[in-house]
Amino acid sequence: MSNNKKKIVIIGATSAIAEHCARLWVKDDVIDLTLVGRDSEKTERVAADLRVRSPQSAVCVLEADFIDPLAIQQLVDKIVAEAPVHTVLIAHGSLPDQAACQQDLTTCHEALTVNGISPVLFAEAFVSHMQKANQGTLAIIGSVAGDRGRKSNYVYGAAKGLVTRYAQGLQHRLANTGVKVVLIKPGPTDTPMTAHLKQQGGLANVEDVAQLIVKAINQGTPVTYAPAKWALIMMIIRHLPRFIFNKLDI
Amino acid sequence: MVLSDRNQVIQQLKSSRSGIAHGMGRSYGDVCLNPDGVLWQTTSLDRFISFDEITGRLVCEAGMRLRDIQRLMIPRGWILPVTPGTQLVTVGGAIANDVHGKNHHVLGSFGDHIHRIRLVRTDGEIIECDPQVKPDWFAATVGGLGLTGVITEAEIQLRRVAGPWLDAETVPYNNLDEFFHLADTSEADWEHTVSWIDCISGGGRGIFMRGNPANTGLCPEPKNRKLTMPFVPPISLVNSLSLKPFNMAYFNLKKWQAGRSPAHYESFFYPLDNLMEWNRMYGPKGFFQYQSVVPREVGRDAVQAMLAEIARSGEGSFLAVLKTFGNRQAVGMMSFPQPGVTLALDFPNKGDRTLKLLERLDSIVRGAGGRIYLAKDARMPRDLFKAGYPRLAEFLQYRDPGISSAMSRRLIGY
Repeated sequence: MSNNKKKIVIIGATSAIAEHCARLWVKDDVIDLTLVGRDSEKTERVAADLRVRSPQSAVCVLEADFIDPLAIQQLVDKIVAEAPVHTVLIAHGSLPDQAACQQDLTTCHEALTVNGISPVLFAEAFVSHMQKANQGTLAIIGSVAGDRGRKSNYVYGAAKGLVTRYAQGLQHRLANTGVKVVLIKPGPTDTPMTAHLKQQGGLANVEDVAQLIVKAINQGTPVTYAPAKWALIMMIIRHLPRFIFNKLDI
Repeated sequence: MVLSDRNQVIQQLKSSRSGIAHGMGRSYGDVCLNPDGVLWQTTSLDRFISFDEITGRLVCEAGMRLRDIQRLMIPRGWILPVTPGTQLVTVGGAIANDVHGKNHHVLGSFGDHIHRIRLVRTDGEIIECDPQVKPDWFAATVGGLGLTGVITEAEIQLRRVAGPWLDAETVPYNNLDEFFHLADTSEADWEHTVSWIDCISGGGRGIFMRGNPANTGLCPEPKNRKLTMPFVPPISLVNSLSLKPFNMAYFNLKKWQAGRSPAHYESFFYPLDNLMEWNRMYGPKGFFQYQSVVPREVGRDAVQAMLAEIARSGEGSFLAVLKTFGNRQAVGMMSFPQPGVTLALDFPNKGDRTLKLLERLDSIVRGAGGRIYLAKDARMPRDLFKAGYPRLAEFLQYRDPGISSAMSRRLIGY
């Protein structure tokens, strides 16, 4: 399939944030969109929605294993072989229950793998192709939780911290190339993943977060907090002296 | 509880305590409330499923907002045939309340344009109903207040439109006779009719607005200016001091602007949507909406009596809307629209004083053989409910025993 449409790939396309980014992309432009998900039936539903929104765009669905490095490599090679990639958004993840991670190493292992190792492997696989082509934007969803470990969710935070450090290194590696690496750190966002936090309030609107992500990707911004207020909040959290920090129940 | 995967709704409902579906929460009353119970949030069920560009049939999940349909489809030449006064409501909510718009006399209510509903019951049963297949379930669910099951998807008939503009005309009127004359003479040639009525002056003066879809799609889109009411003032800003000058200014301003002009659909249909959180104007105690419909034969006298009652009470309503419904029966057993004239009012909540006034309005509605709109009600007495909705007993056969809302407990008892 050869065409002149911008090719965008989303890993974890059923994530609410990714889905809303996709809606913005098909609204602005006719694109060639590849949606990768663990559950093809669910991903297909996202695709059907996007096809109604943009009948001219080409939307295809790929089912993928998110854990096996070999499977990831093969999948990415296949996607890139069809057409060069303009933008990749790596968005998958799941918010684990911290207490469960502390009690059960299998849960803990899964949380670290899905939120930390898996996105890094996808990024690594794509970036080598992009570097060869010397173009493209790779965007990864991190989290404010990765900025400082907190007792309420440090396993998730550690995985996202891994993503943060990885993205930093990648930005250093690709600094003088045509490839852009964009790290987005959303604050708590109103999505099905955070449904159990709804009562606490203060969740960001997912459409607003998606808007910020799409803008960051367009501009190639290295690090974006979404919403922006989290940059300030996390700067304070990061710099709180330990004797104060340890007194906080966060 | 958030419903976000339409295929998992069955499992979620089966494992849930008694609840009620809740979309954008724009109903003024308690139809979508459930204190101490569960709310099934539907706004994440917001995906399109299919659209047929030839027939205009749209299939989507029930949490889809009308705004998202309008903004996507109008540039492509399709529009929702019926829309209420805000587009920030979900498809499921629009069906469950069988909402109406300014074009009732031409196109009926929202339920008239639904081809199919998928209903999930709390026992796990899925019911697909339409006007031909299981028409009884369809009639119970359209306007069924969410009590027959959770609507997870629907097929809607859209309608061709040339563009986002309407030819609108504003005509001031000085009394109710002039209003009825305008309403009657506009029905044949104007698709949309509505009027704002000044219920302070007592005379029944107002501003009649009518519109037709325009054939031009050319004018540039207006800039969307959004204002937000930034805080809740300690007392209602809508009060006897503010209303009189406001109504006088509004009437005269509109009178001065009377005549024809093009109007964008968003400002014509949804004048309040760009004033975010406008309800905060009424202060921390909020307000009551009161919308009734009374048969046409007694309509003039009943409306006159209600206006007199309001004027005498000194309570004011700013968003007072007077409109005639067309001569057609609604699809739903519990639908609100019926032939006649409908008056929508809002009153800042002043406790007993306001409730007493509403009771006096009730007796006028009761005497006229009218009914009150359930989507806006939070306080009507049961006898008026039963008198206004004669198909209640029939409707109750279709209720889902695992569903209950503040309204169902208040008016039906469970």
